[in-house]
Amino acid sequence: MPNATNIPEQTRVSWPIVFSVSLAGLRRRFARAMITMAGVVLAIAFLCYMLVNESVIRALIAEGSDELNVLLQNANVDIFSGGKTDAMTLLLISLTLLTSLVGIINAMLMAVSERVKEIGTLKCLGATDQFVVRAYFVESTIQGVCGSMIGLLVGLIVAVGVSFKTYGLYTFSTFPVSGVLTSLLMSLGAGAALSVTAAIIPAYMAARKQPVEALRVEE
Amino acid sequence: MGDVMVSCKGVKKTFVMGKESVHALRGVSVDIIRGEYVSIMGPSGSGKSTLFNMIGGLDTPTDGGVEVDGCRLADLNSSQLAWFRCRKIGFIFQSFNLIPTMSALENVTIPRIFAGHPPAKAKADATRVLERVGLGHRLDHLPSQVSGGQQQRIAIARALVNEPLIILADEPTGNLDLHTGKEIIDLLNDMKQNLGVTIITATHDMKMLSCSDKIIRIEDGSVKSVDTQASVKVKVGSIDGETVM
Repeated sequence: MPNATNIPEQTRVSWPIVFSVSLAGLRRRFARAMITMAGVVLAIAFLCYMLVNESVIRALIAEGSDELNVLLQNANVDIFSGGKTDAMTLLLISLTLLTSLVGIINAMLMAVSERVKEIGTLKCLGATDQFVVRAYFVESTIQGVCGSMIGLLVGLIVAVGVSFKTYGLYTFSTFPVSGVLTSLLMSLGAGAALSVTAAIIPAYMAARKQPVEALRVEE
Repeated sequence: MGDVMVSCKGVKKTFVMGKESVHALRGVSVDIIRGEYVSIMGPSGSGKSTLFNMIGGLDTPTDGGVEVDGCRLADLNSSQLAWFRCRKIGFIFQSFNLIPTMSALENVTIPRIFAGHPPAKAKADATRVLERVGLGHRLDHLPSQVSGGQQQRIAIARALVNEPLIILADEPTGNLDLHTGKEIIDLLNDMKQNLGVTIITATHDMKMLSCSDKIIRIEDGSVKSVDTQASVKVKVGSIDGETVM
């Protein structure tokens, strides 16, 4: 006869399996995932645009050509500041990132409350709190990281495009490869940090749902 | 008589709602024998669901105890309960509760994964069980792409895949038409006969009574009667010219 002491703890589901489960879910809810991602895409595109733009302008100023200085001044760039981003712009970037953070948290919380029954069912089938935390964490992180990548690309293309339109081929002759790479990495890092942070609260909310929710009949 | 699979002793459950206490169960004692097909009947609000949830380890009694396969559920922590539900109990729900983003095969595979089997083996086992319930040709369909009866078959396959001791079915025919409902009952009965699982259903469905070994009637939080198959005489009539009883 078994008793409580010889019932073991539930087996843990490994990260790769959690990952594939979450990924399959996202693929089949693609449209929904895209909307959640849009917030991250826009925020990271903006951040990436600002950073890349700053580094391109700085390289153009450093070039010191007269023709270029005229173009820069026409574009209202303060060439004596060396192209440094001002406090107002930093504030704007921070606000954009914050808005995006709240956006992902909100979207994920809605996903959790929509899927209360699903979470309850999974727990009836033997899912542990840990599995649920991991699954939602991975889901949110995948959306955040993919959104960041797309945002990165959009920001880069727009920044280079705008620069090309204003400064023509100078954009490429002075193109600051390492500066732009640093900008891209910083944006990606910010996007990843954003999505991981946003994932924490919804994941724990999901894990707190009770298995008995599975049996509740919706009115 | 075989050995006792589920034993409820003086189970009481009181829900406190504001200043009022609602007595959902007022001391229920029932034993369910291994391999039995038991129907728990009672009007809504009778405490039927509460008792059902206790047996599945989804709710804990205020007083009294529930033992399943000799193990007191109240002594288990949440991870042990997950282990227990995963391996010992197969749940079947009124509204099927399949995961909408997973194919039939994935839905049946997931409990096997929770039980710690590697994905390839879990998939092979799930395929075998789906074939057994007659859905070998629907493996890659999403739940929304198959009929209600087929969805419930997927759910039955999912409940069976970890070879549980008990199938807990909450109104399994509640969302199905008469004919499909009967097919599901036949399938459950077949599982009982051939796999020896204990089947416990909460139901309003009179069709269920024909294959029940024991009928527990709950009213106002207490057991009103426990009837065995021999003492039940219910005339149900027929469906499609086929005699049910």
